[in-house]
Amino acid sequence: MSTVTIGSKADINAMVEPDRVHKRCYTDQAIFDAEIERIFERTWIYVGHESQVKNVGDYYTTLIGRQPVIMVRAKDGKVNVVYNRCPHRGAMLCADHSGNTGTTFKCPYHAWRFNLDGTLLKIPVIEGYQGTRFDTSDPQFHMKKVARVDSYRGFVFASLVPDVPDLVTFLGGAKIAFDDMCNRAPDGEVEVVPNCFRVIQKSNWKIFLENQLDAVHPSITHEAAGRAAFEVEKDIEKRTGKKAHLQYHMLSAFTMPFHKFDAMDNVGHANGHLVFRGYMDLRRADPEMVEYLKIMHAKHGEKRTEEILSVDIHHVIGYPCLSVQPPLQQLRAIRPIGPDRTLSEIWHFRLKGAPEGMYRRALAYYQLVNSPSTTINADDLENWWRCQQGLFSSGGDWVSFHRNAGQDRVQANGTIVSVTGMSELPMRHMMGAWKDYMVKGAAQ
Amino acid sequence: MSGVRASEKSGSATQFAEEFDGAPAKPSGKPLPPMAQVSGDLQREVERFLYRQAEILDDRRWDDYVALFTESGHYWMPVTETQTTGDGVPSIFYEDVDLMRLRAKRVMHPRAWSQKPGHRTSHVVSNVIVESVDAAGNLVVRSKFYMSEFRRDAVRHFAGKYRHELKKTAGGYRIELQRVDLVNGDGTWDYVIQTWV
Repeated sequence: MSTVTIGSKADINAMVEPDRVHKRCYTDQAIFDAEIERIFERTWIYVGHESQVKNVGDYYTTLIGRQPVIMVRAKDGKVNVVYNRCPHRGAMLCADHSGNTGTTFKCPYHAWRFNLDGTLLKIPVIEGYQGTRFDTSDPQFHMKKVARVDSYRGFVFASLVPDVPDLVTFLGGAKIAFDDMCNRAPDGEVEVVPNCFRVIQKSNWKIFLENQLDAVHPSITHEAAGRAAFEVEKDIEKRTGKKAHLQYHMLSAFTMPFHKFDAMDNVGHANGHLVFRGYMDLRRADPEMVEYLKIMHAKHGEKRTEEILSVDIHHVIGYPCLSVQPPLQQLRAIRPIGPDRTLSEIWHFRLKGAPEGMYRRALAYYQLVNSPSTTINADDLENWWRCQQGLFSSGGDWVSFHRNAGQDRVQANGTIVSVTGMSELPMRHMMGAWKDYMVKGAAQ
Repeated sequence: MSGVRASEKSGSATQFAEEFDGAPAKPSGKPLPPMAQVSGDLQREVERFLYRQAEILDDRRWDDYVALFTESGHYWMPVTETQTTGDGVPSIFYEDVDLMRLRAKRVMHPRAWSQKPGHRTSHVVSNVIVESVDAAGNLVVRSKFYMSEFRRDAVRHFAGKYRHELKKTAGGYRIELQRVDLVNGDGTWDYVIQTWV
């Protein structure tokens, strides 16, 4: 009889091997609960962008692990993150995805009022508390603040525990996601487009992250959409004698031959973060790029502009919850709901100071790839669901990450570089970070 | 020991709320949407067009569906009712006929994995109101729809309203703009929609 406790250090170590991981990582409710406690509720998690809450009282609600939280703009201009819970009887204070709560939070149940930093402001019929243990200065009667809140270039993160490194140190190699996106803006910053698509994935959260930098899947999963886009793209070019809008290429590029994906590479950074280099051709001759380059040159000079545009990144994983595509101005945050259920919150951004045509590129990608009518993610969601179903079966115990295993190159700076863009380095690297978090959590 | 009772100073819940929020805003008094007086024949002609469109969708005749649109036509599903255009703002769908052809080709491709199995739908269109008729006979028509979708053991329900801008041509009406407002457009999506609603 095995005496290994589920989620113990021995159990975790046995589930993650250098080139394969046990299916229980994706299917076991106890492992899922441990992931939430040891990863999502114990590190920096992306909450939202500062521009989602421009005015005093603007709020946005989301999840950090299992904890419903509110991001709110306070009277002093600060962005606070507080638990979405009234300290009286527990009622959620903000029940919508976003809105404006005025200058206070108000509980709809017994009208307790709180300032925008969560401190108690006033409660009705206060007389009843005379002679009781209730005390307005006691933090247990205030909305609880999360332990740490910080932002990097407008992107707000929070941690439920205080003992985490500062945000920039935590982000490390993933910081470039925000630097690259913001630096591409002539004004050096981005602004959120106030629309969030929320899509439920009926699969484990790790399946989503593993898919993002898997360069063998695009031409197979997305063959139908890619071929359809290619045919229409060619038809438009024949009909008009001009290049079709970049949006068609965005989709047809999914079916590039393998050797093109081979030429790219994946870089693993500390904490499970990853950077996928190569892939997007910005097509400098397109009218919107010509106009954009003119603005960038005037603002930053040709040399700096080239420096900015030569940061050739397609995709960044900010482990454990973010997928960012800086040149396409897209961001997806994932919120694990259960072993086989994941919520994705999908956003896109405007480059401040860039011409409208550059925004239209980002919007096209947002609608064609990331919206609820997507022809691309439709087939991803199907495959992720099929993986999840198969993993629940007893037809096998392991998930294979053998592609180019043992060939990852460790650099002097500690990063790990793949030998090919199609390597399964990203999956191995993320499971390495997963193991670190899970073992550390088990020891505590 | 006797408990402490509320004093008159505690006031009412309304007084407590309005101390922070002020009095609630008055209703805006927005007028009802316009409705044209049209003949029974025209009403029936419009209804027949909408029924035909629903039948084409339910029969999965994607090319025939795209052919209902003018060459400058658009299929638009906004996220919220307050949107006034699909041009340059995020929508669930905002497709010209080239993008519609792309969608049709993808769904019909033998390796569109999420079409294995595919989905089946049944549309009901009702509450047809002609909003306006111009001198050339072009129409703006509002209606309601209900669509039931079946895919791999699961049924999903979609409800909402259509707004058609119809161009009168020698070959019958063609769609210049079809606006589709789902009641849950800004809700959380369980899976995606693969074809037009």
